[in-house]
Amino acid sequence: MEETVHYAEATGLLGSVWLLVAIPLVSAAVLLLLGRRADRWGHWLGVAAIGAAFVLGLSSFFQLRGLENKSVELSLWDFIAVGDLRVDFGLLFDPLAAVFVLLITGVGFLIHLYAVEYMAHDAGRRRFFAYFNLFVAAMLLLVLGNNYVMLYFGWEGVGLASYLLISFWYGRPSAATAGKKAFLMNRVGDAGLAIGIFIMFATLGTTQYDEVFNGVGALTGATVLVLGLLLLLGAAGKSGQFPLQAWLPDAMEGPTPVSALIHAATMVTAGVYLIARSNPIFSANSTLQLVVVSVGALTLLMGCIIGAAKDDIKRVLAWSTVSQIGYMFLGVGLGGGAYALAIVHLLAHGFFKANMFLGAGSVMHGMKDQVDIRRFGGLSKHMKITWLTFMMGWLAIIGMFPFSGFFSKEPIIVAAFEREDWTAWLFGGAALLGAGLTAFYMTRLFVLTFHGPKRWTEDIEHPHESPALMTIPLVLLAVGSVGAGFLLSTSVPDWLTATAGLGGEHAEHEAVLSHAVITVLSLLVTVLGAGLAWFLFRAGTATAPQPAGVLVTAARRNLYTDAVNEAVFEKPGIFLTRALVYLDNRGVDGLVNGLAAAVGGGSGRLRRLQTGFVRSYATSILAGALLVMAAFLAVQAGWLA
Amino acid sequence: MSNFPFLSVLTVAPLVGALVVAFLPRHRPELAKQVAFVWSLLVLVLSVVMWVSFKAGGDRFQFRESYSWIPNWGVNFTFAADGIALVMLMLIAVLVPLVILASWHDAESSKRSVPVYFALLLVLECTMIGVFAAADVFLFYVFFEVMLVPMYFLIGSYGGHQRQYAAVKFFLYSLVGGLFMLAAVIGLWVVGGKTFDWQALSQVDISTGTERWLFLGFFLAFAIKAPFFPFHTWLPDAGGAAPAGAAALLVGVLDKVGTFGILRYCLPLFPEASKWFAPWALALGVIGIVYAALLAVGQNDLKRLVSYTSIAHFGFIGVGIFAFTTQAGTGAVLYMLNHGLATGLLFLVVGMLIARRGSALISDFGGAGKLVPVLAGVLFFAGLASLALPGTAPFISEFLVLIGTFTVNKPVAVIATLGIILAAAYVLWMVQRTTQGTLNPALTEVDGMRRDLNLREKVVVAPLIALIVLLGFYPKPVTDVINPAVQATMDDIGRTDPAPSVGTVQEARR
Repeated sequence: MEETVHYAEATGLLGSVWLLVAIPLVSAAVLLLLGRRADRWGHWLGVAAIGAAFVLGLSSFFQLRGLENKSVELSLWDFIAVGDLRVDFGLLFDPLAAVFVLLITGVGFLIHLYAVEYMAHDAGRRRFFAYFNLFVAAMLLLVLGNNYVMLYFGWEGVGLASYLLISFWYGRPSAATAGKKAFLMNRVGDAGLAIGIFIMFATLGTTQYDEVFNGVGALTGATVLVLGLLLLLGAAGKSGQFPLQAWLPDAMEGPTPVSALIHAATMVTAGVYLIARSNPIFSANSTLQLVVVSVGALTLLMGCIIGAAKDDIKRVLAWSTVSQIGYMFLGVGLGGGAYALAIVHLLAHGFFKANMFLGAGSVMHGMKDQVDIRRFGGLSKHMKITWLTFMMGWLAIIGMFPFSGFFSKEPIIVAAFEREDWTAWLFGGAALLGAGLTAFYMTRLFVLTFHGPKRWTEDIEHPHESPALMTIPLVLLAVGSVGAGFLLSTSVPDWLTATAGLGGEHAEHEAVLSHAVITVLSLLVTVLGAGLAWFLFRAGTATAPQPAGVLVTAARRNLYTDAVNEAVFEKPGIFLTRALVYLDNRGVDGLVNGLAAAVGGGSGRLRRLQTGFVRSYATSILAGALLVMAAFLAVQAGWLA
Repeated sequence: MSNFPFLSVLTVAPLVGALVVAFLPRHRPELAKQVAFVWSLLVLVLSVVMWVSFKAGGDRFQFRESYSWIPNWGVNFTFAADGIALVMLMLIAVLVPLVILASWHDAESSKRSVPVYFALLLVLECTMIGVFAAADVFLFYVFFEVMLVPMYFLIGSYGGHQRQYAAVKFFLYSLVGGLFMLAAVIGLWVVGGKTFDWQALSQVDISTGTERWLFLGFFLAFAIKAPFFPFHTWLPDAGGAAPAGAAALLVGVLDKVGTFGILRYCLPLFPEASKWFAPWALALGVIGIVYAALLAVGQNDLKRLVSYTSIAHFGFIGVGIFAFTTQAGTGAVLYMLNHGLATGLLFLVVGMLIARRGSALISDFGGAGKLVPVLAGVLFFAGLASLALPGTAPFISEFLVLIGTFTVNKPVAVIATLGIILAAAYVLWMVQRTTQGTLNPALTEVDGMRRDLNLREKVVVAPLIALIVLLGFYPKPVTDVINPAVQATMDDIGRTDPAPSVGTVQEARR
């Protein structure tokens, strides 16, 4: 690194960015500690806390815009100080963090508002908002930390909040299991991230961002590669990327606002944040970047294929999240100017995916919690606002001009075609194919839900539109889905150049295809995919499961990834614990008890020697005397010498 | 106040209290409980004063007192505390009143005397304080062995299922270890010029062979006490049979004597042997982390499960001690404190759950969160502390152990890091099987399961939760006390932290 990273000290309003974390955290603690006493007003405290955080985030953002050095640091206290290890409890507010803060608190605020109504009939609404705000606090700490330990702190906090919210309806065994699965798979990634942090300390002697980034240049290529792969493992766990993607669709067991906030708009983007934040590490090794790109391309295609075979509205959306984050990984893996493109897509995705998840919740609200898209149909007449807002989200995610997805996804496809060698065709082709598949399965979802003949279950007579508290956030998010992309795609990359290395030199290489050709192609596959789906599903679909070929069966079973996890980890794991319990009781403890039994038994035998008969004692004395004499003789004769 | 004989007074005070409580009439159990509780609070107050008087950057050993005991053998009542001992003394002082409060009704179910139960708890406090405060090897040995007696009766007389078997096993196992140590203590006295004074002995040069044998004698006793794999099988039995309060003290404090002993005796007195045996000790630690965690996953008894989690945690402490870096060593000592808080809380909460249900078997629960939400929440919190989630104190210690170990021994640190995944597995699966899922219909028929935490129980758990969170965000007051003592121990064995392999950060900072 020729340029060194330098952070200025936070002053003025920016000195209070710690409140961004503290406000949601305190509100969560209040809601949990007060218990039922806060049931009547607790949800409004939750909403107000996030609203306050958004206002503070926005003012801090404007404050930051006026500064020359747009990276300000705030050290709160010595967190860990032992020997040469110095970890600040410190925050960093820079353009990248600011963008995330606005996304988390902004979209978060709208989802909070929606949840007030959505959860109104749930007895656990206060607890829900407590967990929700705990999540926001952890997520903000994750993006605001000024070192990797702070990031890890928020990282695990996010995992905890996600666990609590997935298993929110903990009385359902499936929800409890899904929560546990999410936490465990996240911890696998967390272990990778932790070892990455250890490597930083062992080689560079620090975990502070600036010191690590300034030192990367001195590391050997192999060290950078291993370090980067470990960070990638952590990122894959949090973002539901291959091979740690299996928890994300199961996470739909949580209430729908959770799916919108955590499993679409914010938490799952933490992996993208980690890689973007660590860009000096990832940019330093091209093999590492190739791995990231491959993970992104593979996952984006997996998500599309599986998403096309699912019938549960939330699971289709979940797999689409896996797939869209694949695009973001592709972006951050490409490096250079594509970092900023990935962040733009992340922001646009935050809007349109939250929009669609909340729309799905609105549909479920009106359809007695039905989630099977085969039992929807014709809802456009009954839920006009939900239909129109969902349409904006749908057009955005499939990348239709001029919706936000077009401006955010298409540049990533172009960037993939700009790679130096033949991999341009591989990754560019994958991204292009993914665009077509996305158009197909999202159109299938949209058509089956809102158009075609009614296929409702008998108990539904007249589905109703949701109340205003739910539709207002939908409308605002829909506006974001329409316009955000165009606005973001020009301003955000400029804004992010202030973060070291992000959005720097753009397009070092000529694309293998011209920009215009790629644009035309991507619009073409989109129209093709969407048209095909419209043609196939405009007349509805069967309401019962249909026999399917090899590919569809595989896709319905998540491409057998769950089966592999079960066969390779779960079953042997259970067998191992059972075997060890047996071994410990019979083997290790058996040895101890065996020793005790041997001593006991031996003493029993020895006791029998004390018979009380003089004749046997006399025999023993004689035998002893003979032995002693023999020994004397032996020594005398020198036999032992 | 620094001339006040804190350590001897702290050792004797609980014993006096125990005598008072033991001689209270048997039919006045409430009075006995109140006296015992107030007495333990006084000990806590005195301990806090001692904590404040301790100078973090001052002498390694403070509050030193010495009284002649058996002059012919050179045995003295010598007390002194370094930062490590100070932290453990504070842990005892905090835990004992909470355990007394938590055990309020525990002794009533047995036919034995209630006052004696609380007297035994105070006797136990006396011996525990003594063993950490002793600075004379013989005195340490005496406390080390005497400590078994009150615990033997707590388990054997007031315990649950299989209490006799568990008590005898606990006693014999520890006694065997103690005998090895006795041999080593005598050996040390012979080669060390007929003294038992720690300060004097730490200056003695011992030949390599002798040093290794003496190390082994001490180490074996401590490895059984801690316990490390493969000497651990007494703990699940004892922890499973002991009343929950006694189990919290057994695992939270008593077992720490093992790891404390290694830090205070093995490392400084036998530095060369410690280095020679370190790979073996690291191996035992790392095996313990993985092995005990897997066993914890497979348990169906709540108290046995917690016992196995502790064995895994002791593996971390062992690794931290024998990595010989300041981070790992400080982490290990901090781990001893945090584990006492977290596992103490876990044992107490599990005890509350068991007392309500009348069974310790996980399969007898299911969906309990619907009936006792606050209790389930505290159980979950204790579980989070046990799996070392950031924001709880154990995270700091586990992180320090791992990062400190990684700088010198990568394979050990990497395998140990896998332990954090297993920790999540055993905690979350336990939580799921007890408090989540469909409600076990049998639970609704048990009266106790309809009562959530009462005020007394809330008072028990609140201070522990507060301390765990506080030290999770701001561990500095404790690390500042531990750090110099660990640094001194590292100097004793002549190890310094490795420099970062390419780092220029430290120079830049200076």
